[in-house]
Amino acid sequence: MDVKRRNFLKIAGLSAAAGLGASSAFTQLFKGDALASEEGHGGETAGHAAPAQGEHKAEDTEFQYGMVIDIPKFAANKGLAEKCIAACHYEHNVPDFGNPKDEIKWIWLDDYEHSFPDASQYKRNAGLNDLPVLLTCNHCANPPCVRACPTQATFKNDHGVVIMDFHRCIGCRFCMAACPYGARSFNWRNPREQYANGNYKFFKHGLNPNYPTRMRGVVEKCNFCPERLAVGKPPACVEATGDTKAMVFGNINDPNSEIAKVLNSNFTIQRNPAAGTKPSVFYII
Amino acid sequence: MLEKALVGSNKYWAWVFFLLGVITIGGLFYLYQFNYGLGATGMSRDVSWGIYIAQFTFMVGVAAGGVMLVLPYYIHDFKAFGKITILGEFMAIAAVAMCIMFITADLGQPMRIMNVLLHPTPHSMLFWDMLVLNGYLFLNAICGWVILNSHNKGVHYPQWVKPFIYLSIPWAFSIHTVTAFLYCGLPGRHFWLTAILAPRFLASAFAAGPSLLVLISMILKRVAKFDAGEKAFQKLGTIITYAALANFFFLGLEFFVAYYSRVPGHMHTLDYLFWGLDGHNNLVLPMRFSLTIGLIATTMLLFPQIKRNEGTFALSCAMLFLSLWIDKGVGMVLGGFVPNPFDRVTEYYPTVIEIGISLAVWAAGALILTILYKIAISVQAKEA
Repeated sequence: MDVKRRNFLKIAGLSAAAGLGASSAFTQLFKGDALASEEGHGGETAGHAAPAQGEHKAEDTEFQYGMVIDIPKFAANKGLAEKCIAACHYEHNVPDFGNPKDEIKWIWLDDYEHSFPDASQYKRNAGLNDLPVLLTCNHCANPPCVRACPTQATFKNDHGVVIMDFHRCIGCRFCMAACPYGARSFNWRNPREQYANGNYKFFKHGLNPNYPTRMRGVVEKCNFCPERLAVGKPPACVEATGDTKAMVFGNINDPNSEIAKVLNSNFTIQRNPAAGTKPSVFYII
Repeated sequence: MLEKALVGSNKYWAWVFFLLGVITIGGLFYLYQFNYGLGATGMSRDVSWGIYIAQFTFMVGVAAGGVMLVLPYYIHDFKAFGKITILGEFMAIAAVAMCIMFITADLGQPMRIMNVLLHPTPHSMLFWDMLVLNGYLFLNAICGWVILNSHNKGVHYPQWVKPFIYLSIPWAFSIHTVTAFLYCGLPGRHFWLTAILAPRFLASAFAAGPSLLVLISMILKRVAKFDAGEKAFQKLGTIITYAALANFFFLGLEFFVAYYSRVPGHMHTLDYLFWGLDGHNNLVLPMRFSLTIGLIATTMLLFPQIKRNEGTFALSCAMLFLSLWIDKGVGMVLGGFVPNPFDRVTEYYPTVIEIGISLAVWAAGALILTILYKIAISVQAKEA
């Protein structure tokens, strides 16, 4: 073997090795959500593979919690949406600072136009914009916030729920810029501030001792109540709808679940599906 | 060599203490922000990044701009940059230090910053930005310091520095590319979601960084008897002109795509920045001002007479720098949040606290630059 040939083989071998390394780095770089759930969040290791790339869908996992929000039912039950919001915000000790600049919300109301700005508003039928649309985190199958987070403080658990680790979050707010749904809020100031008499200033619904309060400087959002799901209860907002069926919650990837049947038999829409995030919250309009 | 920064004229010390004063006041503002939270700033749920991140982005550009000296000098052996290249490298050091300070000022939980290293996350662009910025700081510190030290001892710099110099060139491009990736990879922000964001960043950086260096060199000529040389100035002028032309060409492309396609998502932010959207127009005046003076400055630089006259050359560089600072250090980041995902407009105004902290970071950058330049110029003066 002459020297030139040997050098060529050496280089070829090295490039192949580098290529292999690069391809694995590439997968690491883009697989996003699966990776985030693998590390450091005890007990929530993801068994499933990385979502398929190069197409607009994440791989269908076995388990993906999702929600169908039936807007006409909310319209028919005046005050029901507000009840859901109150239940959620009490359950999770969501502070109320009383001004839009510091605002924190996990679930809230908006009109059709501003909930679905990407849907056609051209010659919209009368009354559509008066419907109460409940908005919350979409727990995307392909969440850009999880991809953006530099510390894996936000991650997808093995039930497809996008969760926040309030203790790891450094407050860079990259996830807020990444979320195409405005679902994330930041603690611009200390939510635990107290009056002289010891009452908390910002927990308007009173303090729920069963859920931790947050500190300033971290991001928070809807988490589909994993602490309730763990003991067999539905999320607080879903429970607040009682038996109106205005919200249906469950595993959208289990064809036998109630929610899968609702999705199968109704025309539903999602917020900004063009972003390719695969939102898990569906709306019946 | 550090001792050279400890001897200076009264004017030098007055300047140093002035900067220390600004840093102290800004430091007190930061203490307040640290205790109260980022609610002390003008940021909100809708505009969740403000001037800290905008200034950070701009300073990454200034840092990358240093390569416009390193590249001609070390790759093309352009001798006229011999005296000034070290200033470019030291400017990069000060600029990256400012980037790190701006990022830290923007964190809700700065004490947890090491979580980025503790839980390395390759799918987050912020992780890569941290790597490339710190790498660039390291490379410039190595190259700048070792080369200057060799000068000081009157010997040629050691061969082992060369790979670091060469590496620093693509690395400069990488810092601003990765910084653009922070923005242009986010699916919901139409204004940032453009493949030309990184080229735009680089073009604006290669105009703004050298412009600042020209201005600083002219000041140094007066206060420190440091003359970079006419040939170096003229070459920098050419580099600035081409970079500025590329920058405004890219901006024009954005305008064409938005207003010819008439896709609302592409138009909305430009509407907000240059015409006002839904009655909100707080950035219209600065953005129009930025575009106007930027185009005038670029046109001025096309005329050799203007470039050769020190006064008019300095004026065009100052106008261009201000234009690009408004464009990237204000409009680019804030614009990305308007309209928000609900198609609503929330305006942002920085608070006094926020401006005070930002000024302190600028002062800290200026102090680092002053000390490094003092050393560099003392060494070169000894040589001459």
